[in-house]
Amino acid sequence: MTGEPCDTNRAVIRRPTRRFLRMAVFTAALAGVLAACTRDYPYNSLAPAGPVAEKQAGLFWLVFWIAAVVFVLVEGALVYALWRFRRRSTDDRPKQVHGNTRLEIAWTIIPALLLAGVAVPTVGTIFDLAESPPGAMRVEVVGHQWWWEIRYPDLQLVTANEVHIPTGEQVVFELTSKDVIHSFSVPRLAGKQDVVPGRTNTLNFSATEPGTYRGQCQEYCGLSHAYMRFRVIAHEPADFEAWVQSELAQAAAPEAGSLAEQVLPTCLACHSINGVEGPTGPPQTPAPDLTHIGSRQTIAAGKLPNTEDGMATWLRDPPAVKAGSKMPDYNLTEDEIDALVEYLRSLK
Amino acid sequence: MSIAVPTRQPFFRRPRATSGLVSWLTTVDHKRIGILYGITAFVFFIIGGIEAILLRIQLARPENTFLNEETYNQLFTMHGVTMIFLVVMPMSAAFFNYLVPLMLGARDVAFPRLNAFSYWVFVLGGVFLFSSFFLGGAPDCGWFCYANQSTISGGHGVDYYALGLQILGVASLASAVNFIVTILNERAPGMTLMRMPVFVWMTLVVSFLLLFALPVIAIALFELGFDRLFGANYFNPAAGGDVLLWQHLFWLFGHPEVYILILPAMGIVSEVLPTFSRKPLFGYAAVVFSGIAIGFMGWGVWAHHMFTTGLGPVANTAFALSTMFIAVPTGVKIFNWMGTLWGGSIRFTTPMLFAIGFVAMFIIGGLSGVTHSIVPSDFQQQDTYYVVAHFHYVLFGGAIFGLFSGAYYWFPKVTGRMFSETLGKWHFWLMLIGFNLTFAPMHWLGMWGMARRHHSYEAGAGWGFWNLVETIGSFVIAISILIFMVNAVRSIARGKEAGADPWDARTLEWTIPSPPHHYNFAEIPTVHHRDEHWHRKYAEDEEGTPVPVVAGAQEHDEDAEEEHPEPHMPDPSYFPLLAASGMPFIGYGVIYKFWPVAILGLLLTLGGLFGWSLEPVAEEEH
Repeated sequence: MTGEPCDTNRAVIRRPTRRFLRMAVFTAALAGVLAACTRDYPYNSLAPAGPVAEKQAGLFWLVFWIAAVVFVLVEGALVYALWRFRRRSTDDRPKQVHGNTRLEIAWTIIPALLLAGVAVPTVGTIFDLAESPPGAMRVEVVGHQWWWEIRYPDLQLVTANEVHIPTGEQVVFELTSKDVIHSFSVPRLAGKQDVVPGRTNTLNFSATEPGTYRGQCQEYCGLSHAYMRFRVIAHEPADFEAWVQSELAQAAAPEAGSLAEQVLPTCLACHSINGVEGPTGPPQTPAPDLTHIGSRQTIAAGKLPNTEDGMATWLRDPPAVKAGSKMPDYNLTEDEIDALVEYLRSLK
Repeated sequence: MSIAVPTRQPFFRRPRATSGLVSWLTTVDHKRIGILYGITAFVFFIIGGIEAILLRIQLARPENTFLNEETYNQLFTMHGVTMIFLVVMPMSAAFFNYLVPLMLGARDVAFPRLNAFSYWVFVLGGVFLFSSFFLGGAPDCGWFCYANQSTISGGHGVDYYALGLQILGVASLASAVNFIVTILNERAPGMTLMRMPVFVWMTLVVSFLLLFALPVIAIALFELGFDRLFGANYFNPAAGGDVLLWQHLFWLFGHPEVYILILPAMGIVSEVLPTFSRKPLFGYAAVVFSGIAIGFMGWGVWAHHMFTTGLGPVANTAFALSTMFIAVPTGVKIFNWMGTLWGGSIRFTTPMLFAIGFVAMFIIGGLSGVTHSIVPSDFQQQDTYYVVAHFHYVLFGGAIFGLFSGAYYWFPKVTGRMFSETLGKWHFWLMLIGFNLTFAPMHWLGMWGMARRHHSYEAGAGWGFWNLVETIGSFVIAISILIFMVNAVRSIARGKEAGADPWDARTLEWTIPSPPHHYNFAEIPTVHHRDEHWHRKYAEDEEGTPVPVVAGAQEHDEDAEEEHPEPHMPDPSYFPLLAASGMPFIGYGVIYKFWPVAILGLLLTLGGLFGWSLEPVAEEEH
């Protein structure tokens, strides 16, 4: 094209094409952002897996988009003003405007109206989520430093750090703490409620699909606050019944004369195993129930995997795994650890 | 005609040094006290920043072991306590101190010795709090130190929190009283309240907020101290106490506190934007009244920090609504700042860049704050990094940017020299970029469930990459601050002479030399307008365009000096420092229950107060 005058109608990319490209890039970016936001990360509140989390995410998106529009308009006006009214010469002396009453009224009333509009679905959802359906299954959650005691009062079941629920059914969680404030947080299903000593708080939610939904403590509670995780495992109703039945079964005591039988009484001072009585009677200090420890996905409230290695690591030196652990280091020998691990993993 | 003065010999001569260390230890000059506050607060800013960098290194990777749990918990606690109580509040006090008398046309605050006392209590309180790192461990309960984790926490860390904040509260309370009286009583003739600069208005509102909020936390801290040290049970549910009582008391203080943190910076921005737009502040009355409205409404929102504690749907609804509506006066301010820029002639100096940065970042922080008021969504946001994003956008993008704007704007007035605009712009852009790199990702990390105050986080939860980005951002911020420090030191040493009014500004402090004489004004000005200085320089033609006034516009101090002898200023005093010095001793004595030390502290403080009351008002000889 050398030597030819530039034909403005045949610019390298035509204007309508340029505008289309800009729209396409913008839409792709937006779609990319939204896709990233809603990925099924284990604790992603924007990837809801139950009706409560869906309502919470829905409200968030409503307010987010309104805020995004406000952001674009206001920041856009700011950037425009900075460009349009930049000083062009030292003698530039603008008119000394002091204000505009009509504008003041407008930008007081319009935001107030926007907020009033947002308030309506907000208040509706606040009351909706606070309703506990009568006759729903109850689960008691008791927070401890640094594990979760889970009790099913209607089913006479006790477990720890895992909550099993049937899908499609609202469950009423009654939350309290034995020591300090914790927070029972399961983002993909229901957000959180604090677990407060001296009070019982309530959280109602259900899971739509079967699956494992991760939870964590979300109120600072001391040294191992980061390691107080739990899982909500939702089953089809039939599978949930099967789980209940297997949980109700008692555990077998360790073989008579085995190393595990010799060491276990130490554990039973704090831990309970349904079917195995400790020498001093029921546990004095609350510790996670171990009746079906073998079938849990993790141990140490989510800090370690429930494998031979994981369990051995814990038994070798609990305070090294979780700072401040109430379970001390019992200086067990490797043989004792192996024996205990074998026994505990058999408690399925 | 002389008035008969009793010729009692004073027990102590009033100190008379005007230079050297003793002059700084005994100063009651609001400008020197302002400088002391500013330097001390900046040192704490560096310390708080290092604490943050350490936290960010720990969080750069999942399951990191750079810091152990104990250290991490102390660092995040002290980062918050430092930045709020030892940086933003005293830095704001630095500006109140230096500027309010100058902006009012006064020679000093109403109570100069009380002013010095406030500063010394602040410094000693800060040192007392930090000494905990070397004496068994700093507080590790979080900056809001919830009961009953706070009451059962071992060691003395939380005791230092309870007593340290109590001491710092005394400093702020004294300051509040001082500024309320100064603003109401010491304005130059003709300066009605509605002619005061907005910065002074914000100082007044903040002082009232401090006056009413500090007693609330003082009560809470007494109860915490009594629970820990003397076996009380305020927060012990097993004995009939209520852990939520702490949260109500703390946030009743805590929410007005965040307005205490932001309003001074908003005041600064309200001064900087008009100067560099060459237009008056748009909607002065609206900005003033919205500041007052925020002051009032700020008392009605505290339980939005407690939405997940189980208060019930009625209480949650009430606080959701009050929280939503406090966005309205905040928005009014933002729109008025934009109205100031609109139609102006904008000059992008470093202080102006920071002021504009404030507006831009505060819009984001304000919007995320509104999303917190949506209670069901807050059940997801609470205690996640989404909240950390919000408050850093308003406190760093807001307050810190605003304070830097003020630092650059008044640097010439305080030091008499100009700073390097090139270095200033490097500081601004690096800080803006670093700040957004660090805190923007926290919004989505929070919605993806990353929890606050977790010593480390799991791999495989989608959080690792953005945490690394944030850590890199924090280092960019650190570099920008180094640039600021280099700029400050070089400019004080060799900057160009500034003169009285390098910015062609609008308010009274720009009518006097840079730095001002110790007596500020040779002759107290008479004020006829808001933006009095501007109106002396410029008249307006029929279209409202400013026209320079031809002759004798600036009532230069030098003419006045010939007519009036140097005014007598309040004498320096040892006693504010002496009275303040007892407080750490009381603190240590109470914590370790070693009563002789506590009594020594009490005697020092009482002795200081006694001497303060009895020392002669003015020396006969000079």
